[in-house]
Amino acid sequence: MDETACQRREFLRQLLLSCFSLGGILAGKGTAGPAVSRSAEEYDPRSHSWGMGIAIDKCIGCGRCADACKKENDVPTGPFFFRTWIERYVILEGGEVVVDSPNGGLDGFKLQPQEKTVIRSFFVPKLCNQCDSPPCVQVCPVGATFKTRDGVILVDSKRCIGCRYCLQACPYGARFIDPRSRTAEKCTFCYHRIVKGLVPACVEVCPSQARIFGETKGGASPLARFMRMYKIGVLKPSLNTSPKVYYAGLDMEVR
Amino acid sequence: MRNILNAIPDQIKRLAIPVALVIVGFIVMRHFLVPADFGLYGRYRAGAVDETVSRVTKYAGHKACAECHDDIVAVKDKSYHRGLECEVCHGPGALHIKDSGGSRLSAPKDRGYCPLCHEYLPSRPTGFPQIVSESHNPLKPCVSCHNPHEPTPPSAPKECEACHAEIARSKARSRHGDLACTLCHKTAEKHKTDPRNNLPDKPTSRDFCGACHAEDAVASQEVPRVDMATHGEKYVCWQCHYPHLPER
Repeated sequence: MDETACQRREFLRQLLLSCFSLGGILAGKGTAGPAVSRSAEEYDPRSHSWGMGIAIDKCIGCGRCADACKKENDVPTGPFFFRTWIERYVILEGGEVVVDSPNGGLDGFKLQPQEKTVIRSFFVPKLCNQCDSPPCVQVCPVGATFKTRDGVILVDSKRCIGCRYCLQACPYGARFIDPRSRTAEKCTFCYHRIVKGLVPACVEVCPSQARIFGETKGGASPLARFMRMYKIGVLKPSLNTSPKVYYAGLDMEVR
Repeated sequence: MRNILNAIPDQIKRLAIPVALVIVGFIVMRHFLVPADFGLYGRYRAGAVDETVSRVTKYAGHKACAECHDDIVAVKDKSYHRGLECEVCHGPGALHIKDSGGSRLSAPKDRGYCPLCHEYLPSRPTGFPQIVSESHNPLKPCVSCHNPHEPTPPSAPKECEACHAEIARSKARSRHGDLACTLCHKTAEKHKTDPRNNLPDKPTSRDFCGACHAEDAVASQEVPRVDMATHGEKYVCWQCHYPHLPER
């Protein structure tokens, strides 16, 4: 009786050990591999955490950001593919809200007569919110969309299988399928620019400085000043996605 | 150890073979299917970050422009357009910086461009300078009055407009908007102080309009032409056409 119990214990011990070693092999496979060479050598992603501030009261709706974004990132033309775009909100008497975004605001907006009295109207630039808890990363079945160590959400177009789960998961509608590669695409905060010390193209061209780019953590930065100066809101806070695109003067009606 | 193996039932031993095959097959497949750098920093391919980083930068950034065009930047930085970076109007300039001769940048000169920012829209923030381009000197390119690098609004010539505003308003919208009043109306200086006794004249001959509108006239291609011999020979032109807002 005693001997059998001992044997059983021994068997279990062996089984457990072999499981561990198997796990070790699998895990080892993951971490091994050639050292990756960084093209921007001096850039250390661990010391950054990027965010964007958008002052709604400063946006003039000229659409230069959407235009520059398409040029900088080779975004396909056509009114369905945007990494960033501008929406016009018109809030009418009685609470009715009219939202439009003709060609993402890229060609500007036309005067739009309303039948009811307009309470207020403003432009809202939209882009990927670079969430700290990104639903798109959670749902990706192949690890093609991911959060870099500096908090930017990127898409690995070589790994993406174009299943569109992330398009469904994104509460901000920030993603689209590139018709050429048939993989998911979205704003990268111009990652290829920020590692070189430049600001994203949309921030570079904004004529009224409605967009501010900088570090969300650490000391003084243009974004830190922005966050101190304004009352800040984020889009759909109830979803707990913790966006890193911060809006100043955000109206309740903005979705 | 031998005892343990003997204690395992036969069917389990046989079952162990396919199980082992599945596990080995999984390890082999994983070796070939999962990229080597997958999982280096997280559940993603570390090389994908470098691929994103290696994308070509097209907008060079405002600091790069100032290195050569410091004179223009100095003017612009004191003007209302100080917050407007060069590449907004001139387009992405990274190629131009690499090869300034081979890749020249342009500037939009048509009337469609400036109104992207400056056309009146109620959604724009209060205080932002806006115009209604339909009535704001139509047909005139913005750059003929405003210097984009120093866009302080020029004071409009108000000599005739001061009294003849209703004519000036029509004329500004017309194809004749660029013509000075005095081109057609010879006006004595005294007209300003004693208008009734020093009336300006108006063209009396058909040849005056014919200088531009005759078929053999030396004028822009866009100017509509008529055959002066057959076209309404009985009348002086302005008896049928209103020159301050002509048809078409």
